[in-house]
Amino acid sequence: MRAGLKLLLIAIAVVAAGVIIGFYVSNLTTLAGSPAYSVPVQNVNGHPVVNLTIQTVAAVGPKLSQNPDWVSYLIQNSSGQWKRETVWDLPAHATVHVTIYNFDGASGLRNPYLARPQGMVGNRVLIDGKPANAIDPNDASHTFAVPALGIIVAVPGVADDAKNQCGYAPCPMSNAHRTIQFTFHTTAPGHYRWQCFVPCAAGWVFGFGGPMQTIGYMDGFLNVKA
Amino acid sequence: MAANPDAAQAPPSDSTNHGVRVVVAWLVLSAIATPLVAIYVGPLIPPGNGSVEAQGQTFSNQVMTSFVTPVLCLMAVFFAYGLIKFHARRNEAVLDGPPLRNDARVQLLWIVITSVMVLFLAGFGTYELLKDGAGGGQGPNPIALPAGHKTAYPVQVIAQQWQFTYRYPALGGMESNQLVLPENRLVVFHVTSLDAVHSFWAYQLGVKADANPGVDNVAYVTTKGPLVFNVRCAELCGLWHGYMFNNGFVVPPARFARWAAHAQALYASIKPYVNRPADKGGAPLARSYLPQPTGRAG
Repeated sequence: MRAGLKLLLIAIAVVAAGVIIGFYVSNLTTLAGSPAYSVPVQNVNGHPVVNLTIQTVAAVGPKLSQNPDWVSYLIQNSSGQWKRETVWDLPAHATVHVTIYNFDGASGLRNPYLARPQGMVGNRVLIDGKPANAIDPNDASHTFAVPALGIIVAVPGVADDAKNQCGYAPCPMSNAHRTIQFTFHTTAPGHYRWQCFVPCAAGWVFGFGGPMQTIGYMDGFLNVKA
Repeated sequence: MAANPDAAQAPPSDSTNHGVRVVVAWLVLSAIATPLVAIYVGPLIPPGNGSVEAQGQTFSNQVMTSFVTPVLCLMAVFFAYGLIKFHARRNEAVLDGPPLRNDARVQLLWIVITSVMVLFLAGFGTYELLKDGAGGGQGPNPIALPAGHKTAYPVQVIAQQWQFTYRYPALGGMESNQLVLPENRLVVFHVTSLDAVHSFWAYQLGVKADANPGVDNVAYVTTKGPLVFNVRCAELCGLWHGYMFNNGFVVPPARFARWAAHAQALYASIKPYVNRPADKGGAPLARSYLPQPTGRAG
């Protein structure tokens, strides 16, 4: 084989490998194989309104994951089913009403400051129906935070001695849970990551491995689209 | 009488003084390129003019790039001259060149020039670093102290996976997820981390300091006029490292006061919890943090 042809084949192989690696990294850093869920949009007086209903569970269970003991967020789709999908398509400049049902116990925040809700309408949340502008950082079970939008919501945990605690997800409403509600507005179109700040990954060093480092569990994206 | 076989293989004699040609071409090119680089390229080199330290870094980069330009010119001239003058022509026999001999003058000149350049740049760089710290993290006991460092405005930078937050000791330990600084003020950053190793990189301010758990890494910067600057983590720290960024703001004092009042009002509801003793889940203002793993962690 001529040297020129060899060089050409090597160059093609290097470029192909680079493209494949690029696609892999792109997929890893954007969706990581997690399917995007388009949250149904209502039109209220010409303004887009979204109801986002999610739950947080201590163990996602074998029906929803190959890692049944991993902590996770779930989203309720339009037919009422709970899905382990953390990449959500939302309209830009919309009002988003969020309801979080938390079935997990408290882990505590590493940075107590993050127990102060902010970035949502009124900078406060409803916890079990009561307004609150802070929770005890020790009682935090998870957070729903979108740093680029300035949103931080600390989710209080279920009491350790609560009866009828949930085992594996999806957890029915008859299980002990906390309910957190708030409203925020999406801004311009963009790709905004969200995450939990509570070191809640049981069994991992400093509580920040596994589900905390894997999209589809305690991390995801808001795909805000025009 | 038989012909000498070595004589038949010898390259044709060449009376041209290639060395002089190369040196003249190099000097001419350097004389043109160096001022152009110093005047037009140097000021464009990052990080820019966002702070006194950033301006100093840009100046240092300008000086060093100007020094490098003649070296690059020499390489370019040598390479181009060699390609043009000494390349083998088509169908020309490949002949070995004349043997190279040591030339003490060239060696001495080379050693002296390169030594002077390296020593000058080392001295220049050291001076620039020691003058005011150049915006770099100096550890808990900085030695490059800018004038007026005792009255510098303190801001603590707290890194965690994956966000920076900022505490203002002068505002009662108020913490915020926004970095806002007063203009024309010497600021001292105390950089630390709550978990993994991060790096606080305020690009246009010319500040870069590692954020290590349990370490108070001190960096000084003197702000200038109003500015929006980028803050990024410069240490690979996990899944969302690439998203660990936000914007910081240098604002006039009046605007800074208004922002501080608003941020303090937001902070008021969480302040009692944060100020509790550490063994009760609080995090009273400290220069560094080393939180223990929580009960659920392995």
